[in-house]
Amino acid sequence: MTREKNPNATTVELSQPFSLAKFFFQWEWMLVVLFLLVNLLNVNLSPYYLNFDNLKDALPTFLDKAFIVLPMVFIIILGEFDISVGSIVALSSVVMALAFQMGLPMEAAVGLCLLVGTLCGMFNGIIIVKFKELSAVIVTLATMIIFRGIAYILLEDQAAGHFPSWFKGLSWGYVGDVPTILIVFLVFALLFGWVLHKTALGRRVYAIGNNVTAARFSGIKVDRIKVLIFTSAGFMSAVTALFLTSRMGSTRPNVASGYELEVITMVVLGGVSTSGGKGRLIGAVLAVFLIGYLRNGLGLINVPAQVLLIIIGLLLVVAVMVPNLQWNKKRALRHGERKKEGK
Amino acid sequence: MADFKAAFRSRDIGLLGLIVVLAVLVQSLNPSFLSPENIADMTKNTAILAILSIGMMLVIITRGIDLSIGATLALSGMISAQTVATWQEVSPVAALLLGTLIGLACGAVVGGLVSKGKVLPIIASLGLMNVFRGVTFLVSGGKWVSANQMPDSFKAIATSDFLGLNTLIWVAVMVYLIAYWFVTWNRTGRQIYAVGSNPDSAQISGINNNRILLLVYVIMGGLSGLAGVLWVSKFASAQGDTAMGFELSVVAACVLGGVNMAGGSGRISGILLGALLLGILNNALPLVDVSPFWQNFIQGTIILVAVLINALVKRRFNQRILQKRKI
Repeated sequence: MTREKNPNATTVELSQPFSLAKFFFQWEWMLVVLFLLVNLLNVNLSPYYLNFDNLKDALPTFLDKAFIVLPMVFIIILGEFDISVGSIVALSSVVMALAFQMGLPMEAAVGLCLLVGTLCGMFNGIIIVKFKELSAVIVTLATMIIFRGIAYILLEDQAAGHFPSWFKGLSWGYVGDVPTILIVFLVFALLFGWVLHKTALGRRVYAIGNNVTAARFSGIKVDRIKVLIFTSAGFMSAVTALFLTSRMGSTRPNVASGYELEVITMVVLGGVSTSGGKGRLIGAVLAVFLIGYLRNGLGLINVPAQVLLIIIGLLLVVAVMVPNLQWNKKRALRHGERKKEGK
Repeated sequence: MADFKAAFRSRDIGLLGLIVVLAVLVQSLNPSFLSPENIADMTKNTAILAILSIGMMLVIITRGIDLSIGATLALSGMISAQTVATWQEVSPVAALLLGTLIGLACGAVVGGLVSKGKVLPIIASLGLMNVFRGVTFLVSGGKWVSANQMPDSFKAIATSDFLGLNTLIWVAVMVYLIAYWFVTWNRTGRQIYAVGSNPDSAQISGINNNRILLLVYVIMGGLSGLAGVLWVSKFASAQGDTAMGFELSVVAACVLGGVNMAGGSGRISGILLGALLLGILNNALPLVDVSPFWQNFIQGTIILVAVLINALVKRRFNQRILQKRKI
């Protein structure tokens, strides 16, 4: 791994890393092993799994929500949550479809979709920053209901669609033999990864997540960074809306419900700590493919959607609990060492 | 301290005023609003919301949130409905007990994860919401339990009267009386507030924080289980998607009632008024010809505005204390 080249918060926090902790914090290796296990399982379960076409065609079905995973990594490292992302997807998708139905050219409708998503994210960010005593959970819980409520007011129980063919091709399109959505996702992932791990902004995000007061006193513009990141979550939700709407061919106000859960599951499974300040983007990206192909494989053998819901819910809870137990053990260990030193 | 109490009391009066204004407004638009039938219907609908608000208040006081209660409600409602559909002779009391037990078990899972597993409440309940919802679908096989499968005695839970008041309302009143005693006079009840307002000092003063955390989620689960049976009896149908999103209404009732999302404070009278206001609003919207599609938006806006106002009131209160100190 490139841990040494990429000093991150864990190594900053542990001034004297010891081998046991180092070993356990190679969470990404665990994910790679898990990913291989899932694939092994899938190959055994279904003869149709290990097939280039299946592996390729599965990508558009799970990569759409992966766009939100990228900013969510930032948000959770900040020590916050955004549970309104699913509703932002729905609202921007509905606005786009309505604008197109009213005669706007599709290109303009796509632009409007991105604008609506960005504005929703900015709205979240500004309220969270202006009302510091409120947790992001409660603010985004309220906006989650509001954004989806607006989508319902706009489209009621109708569906809207009839998009031009180039738009429908967005999700299923290929560049050579590679799905377009994969290329777009990798470009965004590289961009977000570069910002998080290679720029001052990324370092500041970790600093805020570790200790927001200290970050503020050391001159980091915490508010500006928070607004920026929640805005980017809104923008990426709109990107998800584009690909989701393109894949489904039409939209309804109830699309993307439960996306917030899946996105948070992927981020947390990717080793990003819910207490903030820890985690890397690569882990979350690995988790996207892990869960995506797990769903694909189980779907091939006709596991019902409700069972998939149970599996994802359990995955989320277990993924959060395991590092927590580890952290507690580690803290106890460090505490013991300190005592010895004292004597 | 007296100021703080007064601030709370003025808040209750404000809520009461808001309820009166709303009632007068809706009544002038649609005279059937304050008819005895509609009032009976409204209070019945509000009873379930009010029962759940108590559990949610306790959870929020400990700085948590429980989003799994809609799913718990559906699961316990589904299993008890299936039980009475299979064995028609099962008494309604047994059905209520069964539902409550299922709810207690679900709550214990959430509480165990939060207290022992150190999982954030939002994460634990979000994950288990899906698990419980999935289990409901599995248990039911995707089918409904409809009115003609349920024995009359079971449906009578929600339709029967006692001393002129509906049984649902009696249940809610009893739960409120017990809850009022519990959070005001009971040692464990007071400890909930202690854990919520400062977990570290609570721990140091000898309170077992984990036990209290587990307890509030178990109470929440038990109340959702009870509410599940009441719900299914009231609507005479159990479905996989029963009460989907209802947890948000419950959170809204608590926030309206002045329960501080940061933990440590919240009063029974407040959430009762909050639940009433929300119940009246939900009942009034169709009567004044507001499209049902506006309901989500209005509810979300209420939550947002209520938490923002809560925050502003608290800020002004803190400012006033600072000013006093200067003098």
